[in-house]
Amino acid sequence: MLGKLSWSAIPFDQPIPLVAGALVLIVILAVLAWILAKGYMPYLWREWITSVDHKRIGVMYCLLALVMLIRGFIDAIMMRSQQAVAFRAPGYLPPDHFDQIFSAHGTLMIFFVAMPFVIGLMNFAMPLQLGARDVAFPTLNSVSFWLTATGALLINISLVVGEFSRTGWLAYPPLSELTYSPDVGVDYYLWSVQISGIGTLLTGVNLVTTVLKIHAPGMTYMRMPIFCWTTLASNLLIVAAFPVLTATYAMLLLDRYLGFHFFTNTAGGNMMMFMNLIWMWGHPEVYILILPAFGIYSEVVSTFSRKPLFGYRSMVMATMAICIISFMVWLHHFFTMGAGANVNAIFGIASMIIAVPTGVKIFNWLFTMYGGRVVFATPMMWAIAFMITFTIGGMTGVLLAVPPADFLVHNSLFLVAHFHNVIIGGVLFGVFAGYTYWFPKAFGFRLHEGWGRAAFWFWVIGFYVAWMPGYVLGLEGMTRRLQHYDVAAWHPWLVIAAFGTVIILLGIISQIVQLFVSIRLREELRDVTGDPWNGRSLEWSTASPPPPFNFGVLPNVEGEEPYWGIKQRAIESGELRPEPEYSEIELPRNSPTGFICAFFATFAGFGLIWHIWWLVILSCIGAFITFVIFAWRDRSEYVVPVEEVARLDRANRTARAAWLAANVQAAQ
Amino acid sequence: MLASTLGLASCGPSVLNPRGYVGAADRQILLDSLAIMLVIIVPVIIATAGVAWWFRASNTRARYMPDFVYSGSIELVVWSIPLMTILLLGGVAWVGSHELDPAAPLPSKAPPLDVQVVSLDWKWLFIYPKQDVASVNRLVIPVGTPVHFVLTSASVMNVFFVPQLGSMIYTMNRMADRLNLIADHPGTYYGESAMISGDGFATMHFDVDAVPTGQFAAWVTAAKSNGPGLNAQTYGDLAKQSMSVRPFTYRTVQPDLFLKIVTQAVPPGPGPEISQTPGDAGKALRN
Amino acid sequence: MSGAQAGTGISPADPYRIGHYAGFRQGTAVHAARELASKRVIVGYGFWIFLLSDIVMFSTFFASFGVLSGQTAGGPSGKDLFNLTNVAIETACLLFSSFTCGIASIGARTHDNLMYYGGMAVTFVFGASFLYFEMHEFVGLILQGAGPERSAFLSAFFTVVGCHGLHVTLGLMWLLTMVAQVFSKGYRPDILRRVLCFSLFWHTLDIIWVALFTIVYLMGAGQ
Repeated sequence: MLGKLSWSAIPFDQPIPLVAGALVLIVILAVLAWILAKGYMPYLWREWITSVDHKRIGVMYCLLALVMLIRGFIDAIMMRSQQAVAFRAPGYLPPDHFDQIFSAHGTLMIFFVAMPFVIGLMNFAMPLQLGARDVAFPTLNSVSFWLTATGALLINISLVVGEFSRTGWLAYPPLSELTYSPDVGVDYYLWSVQISGIGTLLTGVNLVTTVLKIHAPGMTYMRMPIFCWTTLASNLLIVAAFPVLTATYAMLLLDRYLGFHFFTNTAGGNMMMFMNLIWMWGHPEVYILILPAFGIYSEVVSTFSRKPLFGYRSMVMATMAICIISFMVWLHHFFTMGAGANVNAIFGIASMIIAVPTGVKIFNWLFTMYGGRVVFATPMMWAIAFMITFTIGGMTGVLLAVPPADFLVHNSLFLVAHFHNVIIGGVLFGVFAGYTYWFPKAFGFRLHEGWGRAAFWFWVIGFYVAWMPGYVLGLEGMTRRLQHYDVAAWHPWLVIAAFGTVIILLGIISQIVQLFVSIRLREELRDVTGDPWNGRSLEWSTASPPPPFNFGVLPNVEGEEPYWGIKQRAIESGELRPEPEYSEIELPRNSPTGFICAFFATFAGFGLIWHIWWLVILSCIGAFITFVIFAWRDRSEYVVPVEEVARLDRANRTARAAWLAANVQAAQ
Repeated sequence: MLASTLGLASCGPSVLNPRGYVGAADRQILLDSLAIMLVIIVPVIIATAGVAWWFRASNTRARYMPDFVYSGSIELVVWSIPLMTILLLGGVAWVGSHELDPAAPLPSKAPPLDVQVVSLDWKWLFIYPKQDVASVNRLVIPVGTPVHFVLTSASVMNVFFVPQLGSMIYTMNRMADRLNLIADHPGTYYGESAMISGDGFATMHFDVDAVPTGQFAAWVTAAKSNGPGLNAQTYGDLAKQSMSVRPFTYRTVQPDLFLKIVTQAVPPGPGPEISQTPGDAGKALRN
Repeated sequence: MSGAQAGTGISPADPYRIGHYAGFRQGTAVHAARELASKRVIVGYGFWIFLLSDIVMFSTFFASFGVLSGQTAGGPSGKDLFNLTNVAIETACLLFSSFTCGIASIGARTHDNLMYYGGMAVTFVFGASFLYFEMHEFVGLILQGAGPERSAFLSAFFTVVGCHGLHVTLGLMWLLTMVAQVFSKGYRPDILRRVLCFSLFWHTLDIIWVALFTIVYLMGAGQ
């Protein structure tokens, strides 16, 4: 009846996961109780859970990422503290638990923090920047989000029911095969990644179509903000790379569930094929994450330098070059597999070539600041910290691309320090910059600057203290994922690294405090202009928060940096453009399809993990029926009446008029 | 940081303190590449901080050039600087990959010593086919003699890595990789697995004793005189999961055992004893 | 205007030398007249991108089949197993069903009930026959001990062919849904867009089958 599931799946004898799980459960129940008691549930259901508005979905993606960031960071603290104390000692985490923690940390941070965060920001900002009303397929967008949430939920269930994978974040076979990992850990990993991967793939399809097909009039490709370009590149990579991940993990699942022999030791299976396939996805994946971050930096650096971006065309070329080359370098993840000198050298050089467009981008940001008036607001500080940190990470990356150097530091803490250097210093700093930058657009008030700065300094210093020792440890010969060790030379560095993690913890606490303080002080931090940073692209031309239809009338784009142009014209002429003729607007109706699908996907995933086949069949039927019911609805859109459009847009025009008056006065 | 690393290098298994030709050559390439890149990276970092600071909004002496957004010559320079760096570095990578191909024999007058390496759950087996002995979790090699390793795995993937001797390489079941290393100085070096292989992974380190030739011969003689023999059956026992096995030797080795492991004439390691209850595998091992 | 711009003769509205005409400063709104794309175009375009990603997934399975096709582990190879007559019948079924699917989509566009329902019905029959023959082959293989757990070659074979079969199965479910949708809702624009997506999907399955037929069966049987 319940497949492999029994009471022994609950780790009653292991206090750490049990207490952690109970704590999480209590928090979730408390939040739910609070929501129900306050009567917020109908509001949440109507306005958020069933929402198909790209802005709301973007916000929910970011929220999911922030929550999972905390969960993944707890894993980080446990790993760092274990390694700090496990010198000639067993520490407090036995190997099977330690292995689960580093596997969960990697999986969570990549699939459920970095991915949802960049996807959330792309979802939120890109349609606004293009002057669009929504993404191409709004309901599909909601399905994508909720499937991602399902994956995150499954991973967190593994904390209490059963256990998680112990094979690292990429589940290399044969270790991840049934022979060597007979328990459900790897299945938890595989199904969460598969289900959320489908969500990501659908997002890729959706956003590519949006960037290529949905624009305001006059928004030609070469007028798009760089963030839209990087969104396009990133989502093209998703569309091309995620099917490879799905197929590869489908093969591993077939091995585990039906006794196939893709990657097994026996009957002709080939584990090297797994490594090739997984990195065929895995290397583009890192560019899926970093390219949107590059886009955010481009927006931020230009806005806060009070200058257009330097070398726009180079930036576009560099972005698309990275997009293409990233598919030709996967083998550098296993130079030490004995592939032969020619193969290694060719892939090494191909990997270095990616550094060229990346270097160009760094130089272009530098020249954007050159001759500007640099305002050190928090987003800009993240951007500058990124430029410095990422340069170091890029350098160590190129070092790893030199095969003989890689022979010494592959799989060592040097490698781990490298990818934390580029993912924290690149992706995470970027999404934090984007989070601070677009927060006022999403909610109508800014984040508290003081706490933002505190978070910034704790994060940056904490990062260096935590990860520069990693480079040293790698050169000292320390390999990754060691539950304990006997080498005296490593111990002090691991203690320093653990200390760095504590500093990062202060950064995260500052961010949480910042959010609460900002909400409490929201009236002081209110942004009435809709353009708090003196922005340049179209998202700043609408109100904060934007109305459901984004723009009262679609803007007519007449050049690069359209909103900057509109503002300059207004200042020159001393008046706003004449009021446009409003008309009613059709918008997609909200739909619970995404949420209900994810509901069934959760049960299907859980049933698959525990071999509860009736549950799987019922859930699949449920999901199919949901889609059919969705397809049967007669009204897919609702109409915003012309008076409402005019009212909202006139309010926005009033704010702009006030801004204009202030500026004209200042100019005189 | 680099300096402190170099300073500390003497006390740990540091790759910056190599004790053999391959390690030294690898390190040279690592340091050369680092130097080439630092020439670019350091000025960029300084320029970033400098430009951001000089052009701060409050600095009235800085010139505001809002229209400085394109310059063909600067574009040319920013594309060519990284490109030329990569050209140089690509050359280093190409030459280095060929010179330091793990499969290529080392230039040495002494005939190489053959060692067959098998990674097991969770220990290392070193077979000396010519000497007809085998050793678990301890690798003894003569100083100044190139060692020609052929490596495979009994079960899951591992990486054979002796940081102070140089290049690491994967071990995989049904596959035989080749690796050539040499120890130029006598001493005991730290060896490890560099690829997660399960619960006993952290215990999969071993000592490499690089000893003078005479001492090596004495060790072989001593190994021949005691310990069990290694054949398909004793190998089967060894292949079962266990960790922290104290080093010991086999007095004789069934010929072609390594080949049989590679071709799966003896079956791959069995993995954990089947227990479908989560957590039990780990518990059984700790008990 | 600072001096940096002076004398270059290039309009400030085109600072990057991309070749755009000056816009706002002259007060004339010159822009490439990009009409907003119609829903039909957007939906078709998006679905094509999805199909491309599906093709990437199949390429992965093809690649793994290529790697593993020699790994028979002492078991039967393609030459021993493949019955080309069976495969030829499957191919014929699928190709004809594509033709009738085309008829059905013309019927949908012209609101011709006979063409639409007739076309869809025949497509369903051919699709179902294809599945019948494929299942027949699979069951036969498994019964003679050549199931997917026999060798890596057979694992890859069952996966790549089975994945296509799974797509056909889902396609048939979709087909029935579309018939029911048109029956209950008529030829509404949103339903027609779904019919368009369905026919794109069905034709893609054909394209993949051609590759399958060639790479897996013909080349496999010829070895």
